[in-house]
Parts: sequence; structure tokens; C-alpha cells
Amino acid sequence: MMDAIKSLLRRPEAGSILSLVGVVLFFVLFGGANLATLVGAASWVNFAANLGIVAIPVGLLMIAGELDISIGALIPAGSMTTAILSGYYGLPTTVGIAGALMVGVTVGLVNGLLTIRTSVPSLIITLATLVAMQGVVLSASVLLTGNASVALTAPDWAKFLFGQLIGGSHQVIIVWWIAFAAVTGFVLHKTRYGNWLFAMGGDKVSARNAGIPTDRMTIALFVLSAVSATFVGICQAILFNSAQVSGGMNFIFNAIVSVVVGGVLLTGGFGSVVGIFVGTITFAIVSQGIYFTQIDRNWSNLIIGVMLLLAVLMNQSFRDLALYFRPRRKQGLPREPANP
Amino acid sequence: MNDKPAILELKNVNKSFGPIDVLHDISLRVRAGEVLCLLGDNGAGKSTLIKTLAGVHKPTSGQILMDGQPVAFTGPSDAQGRGIATVHQFGGTFPLMSIGRSFFVGVEPTKGWGPFKIYDRKRANEIAVKAVRDFGITRIDDGDRLVGGLSGGERQSLAIARAVHFGARVLILDEPTAALGVKQASHVLRIVNEAKKRGLAVVFITHQVMHGMAVGDHFAVLIRGAIAADFRKGEKSREEITDLMAGGETMADLEAQVEGYMETHEGHPPSPKVLEAPAAH
Repeated sequence: MMDAIKSLLRRPEAGSILSLVGVVLFFVLFGGANLATLVGAASWVNFAANLGIVAIPVGLLMIAGELDISIGALIPAGSMTTAILSGYYGLPTTVGIAGALMVGVTVGLVNGLLTIRTSVPSLIITLATLVAMQGVVLSASVLLTGNASVALTAPDWAKFLFGQLIGGSHQVIIVWWIAFAAVTGFVLHKTRYGNWLFAMGGDKVSARNAGIPTDRMTIALFVLSAVSATFVGICQAILFNSAQVSGGMNFIFNAIVSVVVGGVLLTGGFGSVVGIFVGTITFAIVSQGIYFTQIDRNWSNLIIGVMLLLAVLMNQSFRDLALYFRPRRKQGLPREPANP
Repeated sequence: MNDKPAILELKNVNKSFGPIDVLHDISLRVRAGEVLCLLGDNGAGKSTLIKTLAGVHKPTSGQILMDGQPVAFTGPSDAQGRGIATVHQFGGTFPLMSIGRSFFVGVEPTKGWGPFKIYDRKRANEIAVKAVRDFGITRIDDGDRLVGGLSGGERQSLAIARAVHFGARVLILDEPTAALGVKQASHVLRIVNEAKKRGLAVVFITHQVMHGMAVGDHFAVLIRGAIAADFRKGEKSREEITDLMAGGETMADLEAQVEGYMETHEGHPPSPKVLEAPAAH
């Protein structure tokens, strides 16, 4: 039991799990929240799923040493493209979805190519594409439809796949989120590609010298994050039967907070998908679960700020634990101190 | 002493960056089972020379030969493919990766099939740990430990073991002992000797003469981009080499000055101030 706890503490997700436990305890003990109601509530799960699908690729990029904030503009870009093509012009929904995904692929390619071809940090590059895409979405929407909000009626199959409310409350995007986390977790931790990402985040030049196709990997990651963002936009448009040009900006900081609380090192080279997943849940519970407590909703940002700091501090000490850990000698010799 | 043909040889290599000449007419050779010690002060052109050997820079003129055949490296990976491995000062560059994972970066062993080909952690760890232990570093016994938790000497050893495991024939060690304590440095020197015994050609770059003399068979002193001296083991004393590196007779001058002062001052060494103003005497 003690060994299990100790080995958990050396994992990247340790800080996020403790944060989650801490936040739930805080809400139950000091906020008077009912644990069963809180766990059963759909609001934070829906919130987490929408955020989580974006947070995972943002986290993977961070592990590889890059940052993508253009997702903030790509969520409305995804929903507007779907709504304009399939709602305003009445094209088949498949065309709307394909169009939205193509927007994601294009912006992702631009982000990736600019990152590998220039020495400009990806934060600045994606800040530029973020602002640029906001402009594109707004003007295209006004130019084509004369409106900043477009209605969309999706057929049953699209509703079923992307906009269903399971049990009348849980959005179907939750299933997508869990599946996405499972696939990316497998790739990151069990395949060689995952190893390449960690190496790229550790030292890009050495990784390239070791024969890793760092350029192709970088482009693929940016495309993945842009496509994931448009996917969230598509799901929202189909669920709510409409799309707006605004919205999505909150996702940028929310995703980064989730990823960092999840134990991903901001400078790259360390992290886990489980951590990002739990970090997202933690974030969602703080911002949505607060409605189930007697705590005023306005305090939630304070809690998030404190939690972020605490989680990063915890992650730092857990990383040191992992660094200086030496396993117990096989012959039953006394254990050496974990942190000499 | 060693009549085998050189594995790697430089013939009259010059390198300039625009109008600045960095390397002048460098000729060097390193044979299998031999350590070529490249000594030089900071700014002597050591790193440019290493990068030329490792395929990062192309010589402006002159030839690089491997096994007697002229070669032109297209880039660092080409040089690596031909068996030239460079190990940098801090050894493993992925502090937050496990020993097994960083050992196999880019060439991960996998098991399974198709899209379910998974990274074979157990095998990677076993091979990596065995490779390091074969070099005499027995303190490393768990491939899951993170590289950043190893000591500087262990990290160097891991990097050297890795290069050897992946078939390096020429090992370029860039100041491997510079950042290490005495004990750690001696670990690394032992490993350099082990690599030599295994028949690798080692280029050992350092500015610590003692470390160089402990393992070197052949020495070249680099001053302002040119080879100022080229000699075999035992042909020069430590003082002579230090003087050469410092660019002449500076150290000997300094010693003579101190001795002269002590003779005229009843055996007291001079205060630093006196040495700073030698004109007073």
C-alpha cells in the first residue's frame, strides 16, 4: 500500500490527483456540497469533455515543447463553418463537418509549418493565427450570411453521433473525450511515437540528431490540436442547432490550466495523458461544481488560481521525487533515502 | 606503436566562417584502440573542430578520410551513420526520461503487430542497463530511473555506452570531465579506457591536462585554430603541455618569477600585488 502510494507520487499525474481530491474535499467539507449530487451532476462532466478534447492535444504539444493558443478561434471557426455550409447553404451535414475539419487541418498546417520554418516561438505564431482566424470567421460570416449567428438543423445520425444528450443530460461528446484520451494515452505511453514526443520536449536538437522526424511530428501535433478544436465546434453547433462567431477564447486559458495542473511541464519533456485528463476534471469541478456548494460562484476563479499554484508546486516536488528515486536493492538491503 | 591505418583522418583542413578563419591547416589522425587527446584553451577552435569531425560543418578546404577513403559528410546524421558518435559535456540530454527510454530514443524496440506495436519497455531497460554495467557502472540497476537523477559521471557513461552499443567506431568526447568532481571524472576516464580497449578510436577534447594525460596516446594542442604541437604519450611533461596550451612560456615565466622573488626575500612567496606589477623588480 505504502509502495503503491509512493510510486504514484513519482508519476506526472500525482499533483492532479491530489488537487482533485483536495478540491472535492474542500467543496464537501466547507461548501456543504453533497458528494453524490456532485458526482452525478452532468454540468461539470459536459464542461470537462468539451474542454478535455482540446486540452489533450494542447498538453501533447506542451510535452513536445510547443504551445497552441489558436484553438480559441478554431472552436467558433468549426461551428460556424458547419452552420454556414449545412445550415445557411443547406448542403449535406457531411459536407459541413468535412469543411470544418478542413479548416482545422489548414490552420494546423500553417501553425506547424511556421513553427518549423521560422525561429518564432509557437506561442507568438499561434497568437497571430488566433487573432487572424477571429477576423476571418467574423468577416466570412458577415459577408456570406449577413449575420454573426447562424442556425443549423442537423439530421438524426449527426445528432446521435455529435449532439446527443445521453440520459437527457450528458452530452455525447463525453464518449468522444474518453475514447480520445484512451487512444492518445496509448500512443503517448505505449508506442515509440510517445517516446519521440518526450525526447522532442527534452531537447529538440538531440532528438533530431537521434533520427526523430521532429518537423513532421510538430506539424502532426499542430494539425491534431486544430482539428480537435474544430471538432468541439462541430459538436457544439450540432448540439445547440446554431453557431456564433464569438466564444472559445476561454478555452485557451482553461486548457492550459488543466494541462499544467495535470502535471505537464510547461517547458516540455514531462507529462501524461492521465494527468491531463484528471487536470481537466479538476478544473471542471472547480468552475462548475461550485454551483453545488454554498460558496459564491464569484470565488471560483480565486480557487482556480490558488489550485494552479499549489498544483504546480506539488508537481515540482513530485518531479524531484521521480528524479532522485532509486529503487530498493533486490537483496533486501536497507532502502536508501529517496532524495539524497 | 600502432601501425593500423587511421579510422578517421583530417588532411590540411581549413574552416572559415565568412572572412573569419577558424581552423588553419589541421591534420590529425586517430586509429582504432587509440585515444587522441585534443587540448586547447577556450576559444582555440576546439568546438569548430569537433563539429567538423561530426559532420555539422563542412571544411572550407582540405579532406576528411575514413579508413583511408575521402568522405564528405552531408550532415550530423550521415557522420553518425558512418560510426562517428559525439558525446557532449552533459551526456544525456533528456533529464526527465527514463534510462531505457533515453537510451533508445529514435530506435525504440517494439513488440506486437501493426497499429498495436508497443514500446518494449522491459527489453529496452534490460539492454540499456546491461550496456552501462558492461562499462563498469554497477550502480545503475534499474532502467526506469530518470536520467536527470544520475550523477554527471553516470550520465556521461550512459551516453558513451549508448554510442558504443549503437556501433560507434569513433567516439568524440567533448569535455566529458569538465563539469565533474575528481571521483566522477575518474569514472569517466575509466570508461574512456574501456572504450579504447574495445578498439574504438576516441577523440578526447579537454583543457584539463591531467585528465588528458591519464588516457591519451597521442596529443594535439590547438592554439588559435592551428595545431601548435603534436606528440605521443611520454614525449612531453605536464608542465610543458600546460605552457603550450597557455600559448607559450607564461606559466614557466610565472614560476621563475615566484622563485626569483623567494630567493631575494628569504623564502617568502610574493603577494599577488607584486606579481601583478613585475616591473617593480
